[in-house]
Amino acid sequence: MIPRHQSILFIVLLVASLAMGVMLWQLRERAHRQLVAGNNSAPTQAPQVAPAVDATLLVANDADGSLLTQVHSLPLPQDPGARARAVLGKLLDIYAAPDAAHPVPGGANSVAQVFLLPLSGEAAADPAGPQLAVVNLTRSFAATHPSGIETETLTVLSICGTLHANLPRVTQVRFLVDGQPRATLAGHADLTRAFLAAEAVPTEGTHP
Amino acid sequence: MRWTKWALATCVAASHLAAAQSPAPAAPQARFVVVLDAGHGGDDTGGHLANNQLEKTFTLALSVRLRSLLAARGIQVVTTRESDANIDLNHRAEIANRFHAQACLSLHASQSGSGVHLFVSSLAPAQPMRFAAWKTAQAAWVTRSLALAGVLNSALLHAGMNVTLGRTALPAVDSMTCPAVAVEIAPEQGSDKKGTAQLDDQGYQARVAEALAAALLEWRAEEGQR
Repeated sequence: MIPRHQSILFIVLLVASLAMGVMLWQLRERAHRQLVAGNNSAPTQAPQVAPAVDATLLVANDADGSLLTQVHSLPLPQDPGARARAVLGKLLDIYAAPDAAHPVPGGANSVAQVFLLPLSGEAAADPAGPQLAVVNLTRSFAATHPSGIETETLTVLSICGTLHANLPRVTQVRFLVDGQPRATLAGHADLTRAFLAAEAVPTEGTHP
Repeated sequence: MRWTKWALATCVAASHLAAAQSPAPAAPQARFVVVLDAGHGGDDTGGHLANNQLEKTFTLALSVRLRSLLAARGIQVVTTRESDANIDLNHRAEIANRFHAQACLSLHASQSGSGVHLFVSSLAPAQPMRFAAWKTAQAAWVTRSLALAGVLNSALLHAGMNVTLGRTALPAVDSMTCPAVAVEIAPEQGSDKKGTAQLDDQGYQARVAEALAAALLEWRAEEGQR
């Protein structure tokens, strides 16, 4: 003979199981309806596109070893780190183009990240103080970069000068390759030191 | 004691006599040493040049050619490598610094650009110190390195070559305690960007080496007047 309290407990558990099953079925149906509705929905709101602003690029020229200032209108994000990456991406796209004056394969994807850090010391507390930019390049960019003192130096200086021209708070630049320090870019230019960004900005068309 | 006084007097008299008989010794000729650093070597092949030539091979050939030209002109030359050997960058600077050279040339080659590229360290000039930091030792010599680059520039222009002057950060050069210039040879290109002389052109190599040797002779004359 089954005790009375066990019979009541069994009935309660059975009812609860049935209720949860019904609820689960309803939730599944609702999620399915939302998924179908989402697939069929047409865009009703235009995507947010950053307004185009003038970006100053220091473009290298191997023929005479010069850096020339070019101004391009680019949609740039507000975040300074993302903005720096976008500007450098445009610069490296120019170098990857056919018949470039400073041919370097890779393009915009060669810049993995740009980190902007306050320089140590008193200026660290100043929100408008000088910054150190750490440019993380991809390994494939360094591996395919043409070897030579002039071409490597021009790449480094054009990156430093372009960063300083668009983000004046950037006064020093350091380089990483796949997140690691690297002795040279492609066998010549020293990548272990911090570069003074302002020194890379030449007067129009002059040698660095 | 008497015999020692006599011996001393004899020696002094003999030395006076010798001094009177022999002509006055000529002033010692100023020592002039050039260090030639052929870039790369061994596992470090450097850049790949046209016609499957490697940068390490080109720089060694140029170093040997330039050493012969300078030795024929009575200049003492020290080279950082004489064969296809892997020499550490720090060791190259150690060799240059050990000989207290009056000129150090770091030889390189590239397929990019045109003519001859002369590079001086981008370190800011600094006052010489008794103990200099290894990675910035060149700072005390930058002013003289710029002067040496000017002399090289004049000689190369005089030889009818395209010359590009610049500043850069090179690990070996930045540690040298001598007037140091990195010399990078590129193919010669005309205004139409077509090559007029490739790096494997023996005549082009000879012209570059002759111009560099002439510049170092000029530099020796300038150093002699300092």
